[in-house]
This record gives sequence, C-alpha cells and structure tokens, in this order.
Amino acid sequence: MEFNAPAGTNLFDRAKIVGHSTPRIDGPLKTTGTAPYAYERHDVAPDQAYGYIVGSAIAKGRIVSMDVADARAAPGVIAVVAAPDYAPVGQGQGNIAPLFGGGEIAHYHQAIACVVAETFEQARAASSLIRTRYDRAPGMFDLAEAAPGASLAKGRGGKPDLKTLGNFEAAFAAAPVKLDAKYTTPDESHAMMEPHATIAAWKGDQLTLWTSNQMIDWAKSSMAEILGIKPENVRVDSPFIGGGFGGKLFIRSDAVMAALAAKATGRPVKIALQRPLVANNTTHRHATIQRLRIGAERDGRITAIAHENWSGNIGGEKGEDGTLQTPKLYAGANRLTANYVAALDLPEGNAMRAPGEAAGHLALEVAMDELAERLGMDPIELRIRNEPETVPGNPGKKFSQRNLVRCLRQGADLFGWSHRRSKPGQVRDGRWLVGMGVAAGYRGGPVQKSGARVHMGNDGQITVETDMTDIGTGSYTIIAQTAAETMGVSLDRVTVKLGDSRFPASAGSGGQWGAASSTAGAYAACVSLRRAIGAKLGFDADTATFAEGKIHLSNRTIALSDAGPMTAEDSITFGEFKRDYDVGTYAAHFCEVAVEAYTGECRVRRMLAVCDAGRILNPLSARSQVIGGMVMAAGAALMEELAVDKRFGFFVNHDLAGYEVPVHADIPHQEVVFLDTQDPVSSPLKAKGVGELGICGPGAAVANALYNATGVRVRNYPITLDKYLEGLPEPEAI
Amino acid sequence: MKSFTYERATSPEQAAAIVADRPGAKFLAGGTNLLDLMKLEIETPTHLVDVQDLNLARIDEDTNGGLRIGALVSNTALAADDRVRRDYGVLTRAIVAGASGQLRNKATTAGNLLQRTRCPYFYDTNMPCNKRRPGSGCGALAGYSRQLAVVGSSEQCIATYPGDMAVALRVLDATVETVKAGGKTRSIPIAEFHRLPGDEPQRDNTLEHGELITAVVLPKPIGGRHIYHKVRDRASYAFALVSVAAVIQKDGSGRVAFGGVAHKPWRVEAAEAALHQGSSALTSRVFADARPTEDNKFKIPLAKRTLASVIAQTRA
Repeated sequence: MEFNAPAGTNLFDRAKIVGHSTPRIDGPLKTTGTAPYAYERHDVAPDQAYGYIVGSAIAKGRIVSMDVADARAAPGVIAVVAAPDYAPVGQGQGNIAPLFGGGEIAHYHQAIACVVAETFEQARAASSLIRTRYDRAPGMFDLAEAAPGASLAKGRGGKPDLKTLGNFEAAFAAAPVKLDAKYTTPDESHAMMEPHATIAAWKGDQLTLWTSNQMIDWAKSSMAEILGIKPENVRVDSPFIGGGFGGKLFIRSDAVMAALAAKATGRPVKIALQRPLVANNTTHRHATIQRLRIGAERDGRITAIAHENWSGNIGGEKGEDGTLQTPKLYAGANRLTANYVAALDLPEGNAMRAPGEAAGHLALEVAMDELAERLGMDPIELRIRNEPETVPGNPGKKFSQRNLVRCLRQGADLFGWSHRRSKPGQVRDGRWLVGMGVAAGYRGGPVQKSGARVHMGNDGQITVETDMTDIGTGSYTIIAQTAAETMGVSLDRVTVKLGDSRFPASAGSGGQWGAASSTAGAYAACVSLRRAIGAKLGFDADTATFAEGKIHLSNRTIALSDAGPMTAEDSITFGEFKRDYDVGTYAAHFCEVAVEAYTGECRVRRMLAVCDAGRILNPLSARSQVIGGMVMAAGAALMEELAVDKRFGFFVNHDLAGYEVPVHADIPHQEVVFLDTQDPVSSPLKAKGVGELGICGPGAAVANALYNATGVRVRNYPITLDKYLEGLPEPEAI
Repeated sequence: MKSFTYERATSPEQAAAIVADRPGAKFLAGGTNLLDLMKLEIETPTHLVDVQDLNLARIDEDTNGGLRIGALVSNTALAADDRVRRDYGVLTRAIVAGASGQLRNKATTAGNLLQRTRCPYFYDTNMPCNKRRPGSGCGALAGYSRQLAVVGSSEQCIATYPGDMAVALRVLDATVETVKAGGKTRSIPIAEFHRLPGDEPQRDNTLEHGELITAVVLPKPIGGRHIYHKVRDRASYAFALVSVAAVIQKDGSGRVAFGGVAHKPWRVEAAEAALHQGSSALTSRVFADARPTEDNKFKIPLAKRTLASVIAQTRA
C-alpha cells in the first residue's frame, strides 16, 4: 500500500481500540520474568557454550603479541578466538572501527579476544590468563582541543553541512539585543538495563542469532557484510529487548564474537557484554560543543540566529548534530547552522535517543531562556512571538501540523507558570531555593517503509507477523490494537509476533519512526487480508464494515471465521507528497526544581510535558515513553557524563555505580498531557512517534529552572553542584 | 574470578586461625563488596572462610551503658534497632543513606567497615593503581578524581573510604573489637581503625592478617541532635561527594566527622572547639592541610557548606 496523499476520514476516526489506553500485552511476561531475553534462551539450541569478550587495554595502537596458551589450557575452556588470528571483519551498517580482528586497536575495550568455555565462570576466569603486549600509539581524546581543527560534517548529498539563509552576520551585528553563548554536553551512555547479548548457532552455512537488537533487517544485512556471507543465510531473532535507546541499532561485538566463536567451536555460543564493556566497547552519545548566537528586536522578534556544533568521532565520521531542531523551531530571516566533526580516538559515537536534538535542545532552549531575560520578556512569550508560519530554515516548506503555541499555553496553565518569579533566586522554601523553567521541544516525525503478514485462522484468530521490535516501547500492543481495529475483532483475538527476520521487514525501532510506521504496515497487511477475504467471498472489502468479529454488508452479515484460514502480506510505503511538509512532533516542557541553599543539591520537584504528536495510539504506553524520555533528559541535565581520561583515552566511569542515571528518588512527580490532534500527512493512522520527543527539551527546562532558583547559569552539562556552588549565597548570609 | 576454596568457620577463634595460617585467605560475611571485587579479579583470595554461622548477629546492652553490636548484625537490623534510633540517630541516618535496601539486608556491620574504595582506577584492572597493584602508580592523581580524597592523601593514593556508617561511628567514638588466632582480643578505637594511604595504600586499615572483627561497641549515649547529611549527585544510591556526621548539643558544642574526603572518616577533634563560631571556623581547621586536585577542590567549600546546612538543621 502506498500512502500517497494525506489521510481522509477513515476507520481510525471512529476507533474503539486504537487511541484507547491499553495495558501492554507483554506486561505479564515481563512482570513474571517469563519474557525470554536473548541471554536466557536456553531452549533455542542445545549444548550452548559460554563466551567472554576481552577488551583492549589501550585506546590506540596495535597488538604486539597475544599469548593465549594458559587460557586455552584452563579448566572448561573450549576455544580462544584471538584477534591476531583473524583478518579484520567487514564493516556493517553503523560501524566505524572493525568489531573484531587484526592487530590494530581503534579504541579502548575494542574486542580483542573471546574465550569460550563450558560455563560462564570458566570463560571469565580464563580470560584473565590471556597476556597481551601492546604498542601504544598517541591518540586524540580531547574534543575541546580537536574542535578548532574539525571539518564540516558531510551533510545531505555529501555537501558540507553548513546552511545559511539571508545574511546572518549583518543581521546579528545590527540586532539591538544579542546573545552569544557557548554550551557543552558530555559523552553519554545508553546504560540500558539489558546489556548487548547474543546466542549464535550455525547449521551448515546458516547462521542464527538470538539477540537483542532494535533493527532486525539491518542486523541481518550487516551481519552478512561483517562475516562476508549471504544475507539469506542469516536469521536474526529478537522478540524481547531490555532497552536499546539507539545502542542496539547496529550489530555490535556480542553478535560478531558469538558467531565467530560458534564457528570455531562448532557449538552454539552465548555472550553478554559484561557491564564495564558497555561504555567503551559499544557506542555512546557524542559530546558536543555548541555556540548559539541570536539577535532580536526589542520586542523579541528574532532577526538572526546561528547555531554551530562541534563533536568528534573515530576518523571524523558521523557526529552528534546539535543543530537539527534549530531550523524548525523559531522564526528569523537570517540564519546559519554548521556542524563540525573532529577526529577522536575515543570509542565510537553513534545514535542515542534523539541523536542531535537531545543535545541540541540543551543548548538552544537555554539560549532562548537567556535571550528572554535580556529582553525582559517571559520565556513563553518569547517563544510565541517567534512562532513561524512555515519552516524557518526552509520557508517554502509547510508544517504538516504544528500546535506548539497550544502546548506552551496549556502547559503554563496546568503548571502554574504565573507563579514563577522572573527574577531568579527569589523563592525560598525553608533551606531550599525554588525555581521554574520551561523549554520547547521539537523532534521530527519520520516514517519508513514497513511490512507485515497477517494470518486469520479457522477460528477467526488474527496473527500479525513483522520483524518490528518492541524495545520496551509498546510495539506489541499498538500493532495488536491496529490489527484488532482493522479486522473488527477484540484485542484478545489478536496475536502479535515480532523481531524475527523470517517475518516481513519492518521499519524497526529507531528515530521515533517505529510506532507510526509499523502500525501503518500492519494496517496495510490487514487491508490486504480484508480484500482477499472480499475477493474470496464476493464482496467489496473497502465498503464493508468489519466489527465484532463479523463482516457487515448491505444485505448480509458474515462471520469472519467463515472466511477460513487466509494469509496476506503487504507493506506501507510513503509517497512523494510528504516532501512538501515538515512532519514534526512538539512539546512544551516544564520543570520545578529545588536547590539546597547551603550545599547546592538540586532536586527535581515536578515535571510536565504537553505534547502534540498526532493521534496517540495508546495513551498509556505513549505516556511511558514520554516520562522515560523526561527522566533521561533530567539525567542529562544533572548527572550523566561519561568521564574522559584524556591520557589513557577511555571513559573512566564504565559501570552503573560510576555512571549515574536518575533513580526513583530523583523523579518525584511527572505529568504528560497529549493534545487531541491527528496528523493526516503522517500515516493512515494520523499518528506520530513520541519515543524521542520526551527527551527533547526537558533537560533545558531543568537547567532553566535551576537558573531561576539560583541565579547561576551553568552552560556545561551535566549541571553538577560543583559548577554553581560558589555562586550561591554565602552560608553566613543564609 | 580466580578459583578458590571455601569453608564455614565454627568459632571466631577458629576462623581467625584458619585465615592467619594462609596468606591468600579472606573472611567472607555478606559478600556485597568482596564478591564483586573477586568477579573483577581485583580481589583474588585463594581461600574463603565464611563467618556467617558465628553467633555474632546480636545487639546487646554493654556494661558501660552503651551497645555492643555483633559483627554480623546486618546494616538493616542495626539501622532499625530502637535503641540505635533513640540514642544514636546519626548512625541510623548514616546507614540508610548508603547503598540500597537489598544491599543493606545483606551487608554486615564488620563488612561495612571493610568496604574498599570506589576509585575507578582501582576498579579497572588495565589501569595503574597502587592500592590494587602496589608500585604500579596512581591513575587517579592526574586523572579523573572528582570523587576522590582532598585531605590525608599521598602521592601514592588519593582513594576515599566510600562508606557512611563508619563516619557516624567516628563521631560516636566507637571501638572495634577483634580476635586473633589463639584467641587474643583487642579493642581498636575507630579513629585508629582505618589508616591513611601513605606509602602502603594497599592497606586500608590496621587489622592484621587473620584478625577478625567480632563487634563494634558504642559508648553510652551522649544526647544532642544527631544529623547525617550526605551530598551526592543524585538523590539516592550514590557515594558521597561529601558527607557530614554531627552530634550537636544545645549549647552549640558538638562533634563533627566528614565522609567522602579522605582515606578514612575525617574528624579533627581539636577543631571542634571552633564549632560554636560556625562552619567556616571549624572546616578551615579541619581542611587546613588539604591537597585537592583541580577536579575535587570543590569538596572543601562543599564541606563548609554542608556543615553550615547541618548547623541550620539543628536550629530548625
């Protein structure tokens, strides 16, 4: 099915299931511990052996020698797979440095060996018996030092990523009110609960991976490229995923090493990355340096805006583009955005939840707060004053739908914004300084081709199969809701099977496109099934009504089960008309913090997000997505940082004790409100994703609240108390 | 984890004798720290002597009017004890500020005293660390040292003692009772229990090899307001940037110990006379010899401010 024009009135406009809060159908499996995660799939292949990955002890250089004799002789050891014995594996999608093989070391904890043994403990114990000698090479580990020499990133079509409109420099120079500020965001770890894990087994030249991966079709083709085998010889199965956040978009070393170790031993091999490897062996969100220059008239109208961004990666490859939201959010005729990437020898940077925008909002939305203060304007009014009619960075392009002003106004009412004092440091509650902050949020609402197969049994039971993944987001449930709605059956008549590459390729889970795309794909397949039933029984399926397990025609009613067993497969594709529109999701984020006046301890008191994201397919799971993003954003604002050791070139705090993410006590109260909107340009369901909207903006709202509480502006994230302590009132004065 | 042998001791004296006899042996109690360190091969004992069957899990009233806390009393049981809550509130508050409910259920009183530093260079076996591998150098001194010691450190080591409970025990003037092979016992004042790193950062405390903690004794109650204020980057389940354990009397006198700043709970009794002059007066004396790094110099003003907050809380 091609979606080639904005959706008109359709069955989802009178939906009984889609759009209603529905508990996740995988919930009982999760809460009873019976959802099988990759490492726990003891039953999928007999005689599984355990692999344990050894990471490089240096950040850059080469392996001089590796002595594995003692490890091979250790109790229970079946094999040692050692990098010097292998040519570097091929490059899969999303990888820069080879995931294994050869003597060159590209980053700390890059996989250099894998010990395979009868038990996990034996493999781990033997791994420490491997003696590796290195020739250490100097590396560049300091973004601030590398940034001045960084090149412009490759933008669309390989052109340097510098965009201008009008004459920024002249307009900025002439602006009566100006802001010129630099912000930095640190490297961050996905820190998902389930580390990367894979069981691999070969049958002849057929490889099966039971793994934890967000993008099954990418995983299949990447694995083929990495190992130099045919994609059709690779099967990937990933029905349950314990968090991904972008860290599991691509094949990583767990899958590669499990496959190579299984080949070497002739046995299925299972591997989970030990927690300390997750930070340095896998990907992370890149640190950024961002400069914002904004010029405005005294009435708040922005006349000039420039957003420049620097990040770094191995070989100067793809960086973190903090400018992405800036051409979308605020009006202004004279503009400049530029995205530079430096070459660094730290571990690989790559996508983490709202890549680009999550870091970008931490800069832009604080800059707007700073500008509002300079103008003597309320920061909400400043944003409303600069609400654009068309896409500011591309004025020929329309917004498919945009209700940011409604989000801001409704949020202000709900949050009690009128109680905020514009002058900072004015509100006390005992020993605590209290402040409020606001930020806007923008995240694109993309869609991707997505397929599904739908089977109806003799009993009228519907089964949907697609390689779409559920990374804790609720995909199982919204696809079931979509199928139930389209086929006119109750939810308990629908079974959804996900994450297996034997199913039709879907959009997968990434970039906030999964929900809208995969439900549209399921819808397309259901429509095909309806038409197939119509063809078989002689009626026009497009005018028939499917409801309550029956097909209602003008002159008769047929039980759905009478159509007998049938299967249909289809995918949704998206037509050219979309190019005329910017399809985005919007939010207004509010936060109240309290800062201990003596110690500077900052505690979030409450958060609110008012979201405009089209039809919300399942308000319950969508809310979970948004509050999860808000938690992550609060973490980014206040505590999360992969600390770089610039001598040894690695992320030092590589476990969950050192890399702090918010705990329950940090997030006492969150509210999410969804505007009742539908976006007909997005998909047949008029829905858009929310998985990344929730992390775009709340961190800046936290930062702005902290400033409002204390009067100290910190532009280097995370905003830990050491960065503003000296700016607080002296203890004697309190 | 290296292979090791395991046995369960039947008496404190026997446990001490077994460990004293074997250089690679260690006691095992709750295991909340030791087992993690063994998995990472930071600790590599060849033999574990499990002391869980020893009858050391009671809190008894002591003849001196205080409490005698058995070495195996869990952190949860100690924090929840009515007598502790009533008379030694700083101890309850310190314990519940640490770790998580599950860990406190398993962790013991003696084990808590023996937890090892959380310095990230100690935890990464690829990195130099004089505490883990004497003579290999200190990775932290010129590295990432935000969490680490500002006072009492050496060129060899800037690790911090990470616990909370011991900081409270320090203001309460607790003593640590031990037994050695042959049954000889001794009482170690808490001030002398943990040591500074000096030239032997591998030694966290003054216990001899094979010396088993049997109890921690609290002197009779001293009254006053008991406060433990732990400052950290998140609200729970994190190690202290700085913590303050304080017992402050109505007349403004009191005792103050600091956590998160040194290789041991940090208390300078001679400075406490300055408490009535305020936080700055006391902390300028307590941290007079501080040698912070660029990363952690904020701990000194933070210590001053945290004590100021504690004083304000006693007045509230």
